[in-house]
Amino acid sequence: MASVNTLHTSASPMLRRGLVEAILARRGDALVVTGLGTTCYDVFSVGDNPLNFYNWAGMGGAAMVACGLALAQPARRVLCITGDGEMLMGLGSLATIACEKPANLSIVVMDNEHYVETGMQGTHTGRGVDLAGIARAAGFPVATCIAEADAFPAALEAIYGPGPVFVNIKVSPAQPPMTLPMRDGPYIRSRFRDALLGPAVAHPVMLPASKPQ
Amino acid sequence: MTIRDSESYDRPPLGHASYWTTIVAEVTSGWPDDVYAELEAAGIRQVSYVPDAGHSRLIQRCQANPAMRTVSLTTEEEGVAMGLGAWLGGDRHVLLMQSSGVGNTINMLAAPIEMRVPLLMLVTMRGEWAEFNPWQLPMGQGTRAALESVGTLVYPVDQPAEIAPTVGAAAHMAFNTGRAVAVLIGQRAIGAKNWNK
Repeated sequence: MASVNTLHTSASPMLRRGLVEAILARRGDALVVTGLGTTCYDVFSVGDNPLNFYNWAGMGGAAMVACGLALAQPARRVLCITGDGEMLMGLGSLATIACEKPANLSIVVMDNEHYVETGMQGTHTGRGVDLAGIARAAGFPVATCIAEADAFPAALEAIYGPGPVFVNIKVSPAQPPMTLPMRDGPYIRSRFRDALLGPAVAHPVMLPASKPQ
Repeated sequence: MTIRDSESYDRPPLGHASYWTTIVAEVTSGWPDDVYAELEAAGIRQVSYVPDAGHSRLIQRCQANPAMRTVSLTTEEEGVAMGLGAWLGGDRHVLLMQSSGVGNTINMLAAPIEMRVPLLMLVTMRGEWAEFNPWQLPMGQGTRAALESVGTLVYPVDQPAEIAPTVGAAAHMAFNTGRAVAVLIGQRAIGAKNWNK
């Protein structure tokens, strides 16, 4: 932990796992889209749910997966929980989402200012790039960045408030123990659609054609 | 629509102002309307696009239908991700783009392809028939290979009368077999542009 913290440029002492757990404790029937890597493992580690989409490919796409889902399911809250590196790769999607303004979409970035999985290289957010500022300038009606635990309750309210919401949370790059979710794409897909749409829609059967009398 | 034979199309004088200002092609034949009818019949609810002149009529038709959500993207890979999310949520989606945009989609295609999530893409071609801009050639010539290299099913079509039936078949393939399917609408079919008009 000490060696990790020497690389930590943010003043934030917040640890990511408990924050993700607190966010998901309030999810109700919300649909959850993860980013790649650590946010994917965070979401699985605090509790599996068929309405979690565990993202294993397509870096930069998490917010737009969540956008497509939010437009398809306007009555359900859609939560995108991703990381700073993943969000940086899809900055244009903030412009697209700000134009579409899905009121049920919340994007939460667990911003540890590092690409932890690839060797702890720093990301742009550790050098002054303000993701919430970019989201605000794009037109997100709610866009905030928090760096202290005292601000978390208000951020949690915002995450479940009217959207589109963008919340950037500065967290420690310290990595809690990770449990990796299943990687079978068709399984993740079908489990999600079964839970959300029901098997009749997710896996329609073909009835015999009626015979003329 | 006047489908011009490329052999006889009026080439503009290089450097003429209208060369650039009239760059939006007028696609006036029935095929975009027929493609729209196929998308409607396929139950498409989300239409994402990076504009192309060849798609302009189709985009207008989709925008006029309140049952279709049209979304303008900043880059084509957003549409791949969006189509994945749409399918998870029970909506059918189509991504409209130009061949140059195919290059932007390749890594993102890994997700729907590995998940066996349907993804329908309609691609208007550049750089493959009577092209004037040499910078369009690398991606235009590589479009099919790039898509196929990651497992996309590709249906090129050059005859205007074949475009809508091909789109219908591609939609059927995508949504019934869980595949990423791209229809490449040839420059020959879109119609050559009269840059002097």
